[in-house]
Amino acid sequence: MKTNINIYFATMIIILIFVGCSKKNGGNNAGALTGDAAERVYVKPGEHDEFYAFISGGFSGQLAVYGLPSGRLFKVIPVFSVDGEKAYGFNEETKPMLQTSHGFVPWDDAHHPDLSQTKGEIDGRWCFINGNNTPRIARISLETYETEEIIEIPNSAGNHSSSFVTENTEYVVAGTRFSVPIPQKDMPIKDYKSNFKGAISFIKVDPQKGDMNIEFQVLMPGFNYDLAHPGRGKSHGWVFFTTYNTEEANSLLEVNSSQNDKDFIAAINWQKAEEYIKEGKFKTMPANYAHNVYDDATHTATSKMKKEVRVLDPADCPGLVYFMPTPKSPHGCDVDPSGEYIVGSGKLAASLTVHSFTNMKKAIDEKAFDGDAYGIPILKYEKTIVGEVKQPGLGPLHTEFDGKGNAYTTFFISSEVVKWKLGTWEVIDRKPTYYSVGHLMIPGGNSQKPFGKYLVAMNKITKDRYLPTGPEVTQSAQLYDISGEKMELLLDFPTVGEPHYAAGCPASLLEARSKKFYKLEENKHVYATKAEKDAKVVRKGKEVHIYMTMIRSHFAPDNIEGIKVGDKVFFHVTNLEQDYDVPHGIAMIGANTSELLIMPGQTETFVWEPKQVGVWPFYCTDFCSALHQEMQGYVRVSPGNSNIELSWTLDGESLN
Amino acid sequence: MVSGALLLLTLFVFPMWNITLEAPQYPVPLGMNIHINKLSDDNPNDLQNINLMNHYVGMKDIPDHLKEFEFFPYVVIFMVIIGVLLGLKANYKWFLAWFIAMIILGTLGMYDFYLWEYDYGHNLNPHAAIKFTNEDGSPMAYQPPLIGTKTILNFTAHSYPKIGAYFLALGMLLALVAYFIGYNQAKKVHI
Repeated sequence: MKTNINIYFATMIIILIFVGCSKKNGGNNAGALTGDAAERVYVKPGEHDEFYAFISGGFSGQLAVYGLPSGRLFKVIPVFSVDGEKAYGFNEETKPMLQTSHGFVPWDDAHHPDLSQTKGEIDGRWCFINGNNTPRIARISLETYETEEIIEIPNSAGNHSSSFVTENTEYVVAGTRFSVPIPQKDMPIKDYKSNFKGAISFIKVDPQKGDMNIEFQVLMPGFNYDLAHPGRGKSHGWVFFTTYNTEEANSLLEVNSSQNDKDFIAAINWQKAEEYIKEGKFKTMPANYAHNVYDDATHTATSKMKKEVRVLDPADCPGLVYFMPTPKSPHGCDVDPSGEYIVGSGKLAASLTVHSFTNMKKAIDEKAFDGDAYGIPILKYEKTIVGEVKQPGLGPLHTEFDGKGNAYTTFFISSEVVKWKLGTWEVIDRKPTYYSVGHLMIPGGNSQKPFGKYLVAMNKITKDRYLPTGPEVTQSAQLYDISGEKMELLLDFPTVGEPHYAAGCPASLLEARSKKFYKLEENKHVYATKAEKDAKVVRKGKEVHIYMTMIRSHFAPDNIEGIKVGDKVFFHVTNLEQDYDVPHGIAMIGANTSELLIMPGQTETFVWEPKQVGVWPFYCTDFCSALHQEMQGYVRVSPGNSNIELSWTLDGESLN
Repeated sequence: MVSGALLLLTLFVFPMWNITLEAPQYPVPLGMNIHINKLSDDNPNDLQNINLMNHYVGMKDIPDHLKEFEFFPYVVIFMVIIGVLLGLKANYKWFLAWFIAMIILGTLGMYDFYLWEYDYGHNLNPHAAIKFTNEDGSPMAYQPPLIGTKTILNFTAHSYPKIGAYFLALGMLLALVAYFIGYNQAKKVHI
């Protein structure tokens, strides 16, 4: 009996093991992941990711910084939209950043970040990104991870084919999606055809400081300009723009702009443009656009209106622009690391079209033209095309490269990423995305030196991939390992806003350059207070300026009297800390603005207009220390006709 | 002997002592260097950040200036001049005298350092925000070790000589060696 029981148990154990194993195997077969995917995206506590990814927030207007392969979010950099957390667009210092020719615009649609390059390689200095709706280009410092400059683009509407940098960051290019009357005027919409124009802007970047200036615009025919990429290597000096709506429709574009069998990739020779500018072939047009610059020393932005822009008309400038016919409303327009291949993704076409730069030059030399459009020569399709990727998927959008001779293209309609080979145009692999992928990003994948280890696919639709959060679910990106022959899906990760497009680079390029804090002695803010003994309150009529300091764990002064109803009170607050990661915040009850979040060594200002008599508190909003909850103060507000003298103290004593 | 005395001059360049405070939230530890004429940051702003930490338990700010800094440099220069003169002119027996004088001065220096440390760690603001007591109910003190390593609340404090002190010790050793060489030669002459 005993033996029987033993046999019985042994059998049970064997069965259990068997069932357990087959379950595990079953799991593996059913899922898309191999067992070690988790390990490959796991970054141990305290360790750092291998890559930075800068993923735009689309309609959030911001730029978010993630780590790869973990997909962890580190910071949301406010660019085109106000951000109460960081007081961006709320404090007096950053309000000028969001000034435009239409006044203060607190939001935009941020699409295509691109990193500065030197000799065709990412140099880790700046990130540029476009605002679509109120056309703007921003420059973000990769030392402070703050928006340092925003320039508005005149004559543009729907600044979509932007903000792509040339090989040595000579220019950031910005093309218009909408064609509009240039200059703007009151006219019937139906007269669009041949009267509307599309401006393509070349923004010069100062090689040392990064300051942006619109060097010139090319006034193109009234098409829609969708995406762009500058040439590199052998095609350096050119920029390629995809066009759609070459039909020049002004209504029901989903039908009316999808009629032509082929639209164009516009090839613009900017080195030629520079020659024409030098020769004085440009026209100076009156314009009105904002140029906003944030200064790291004064911690303050200024906004200036610029009043003119130089324009070139391609009809007067032979050799400046050529059109390469490309099937069916091409979206992506991507140049491989060698600069030879220009990949057009006809989003309504059945195949991908690849043009050759060498063929294009030859066709230009031989004048192999198929007529012209508004004076711009149209190159013969069969002369520039070098290959086609046949039936790769449905709805191709965007292509990047791994530097090993492979290209990766996203397909929106068939919801997949397809790997194919440059030169043979054969499809190597395809992997589904979840769902409806837009752009993809390989770190350095649009430069001459891609880091072909990971690929991030940015999806437009999430549906059931995460825990639901009501009708609006999270946005999502996906990470693939592309180091092998076949791609492997490793990770889904949620993103802030629509992950529209991204740029990435090795962490080693940026990590050491990241600023730790601002040196107090370098603070040149007009209202900086560099020591507690200099804290004071100054009245100028109805305006009261409070020069305040903050350090663990008190404000100086923290008791203020003599403020009256009807005053406009400016809190100019300086963080005296000089240590890494010791920000302080400040918030005032009833102030019609956000908190301030002030980094060590920095000065920021908020305005408070007290409307009620009383004693009103303020406090530190960033948990700074063990005595954070004690870091607070009071302001006494007296009636407008009171004659209480201004006074300011700390611990009952005068500070000065 | 001369080079031994001259080595003391390195004290004007290098710190002779260092106190370093380690804690998990300080991946780069805070450090204070002690020179013969000043206290300095190990990394920029360390003194300010040590003060910020310590004020919660009522410790005074690390002083910008100590009265010792006024005469320490003169003592050092005096001993250098004496040492060089002895080396050039005097009998080897004076080398030993110089060495013993240095031992006495060094001991006095350490005692002075201990007194300052004691005061720094014990003389606390009665209104401090955080007051810790020992198991016996007496107020907790935060004196760093004279030499060695000690845990003080969330910090591990290290107190060790720095390069200046090593040069000082080498200088003194050279004086002692000079004395023995002189002693041996004198012995030979006598024989």
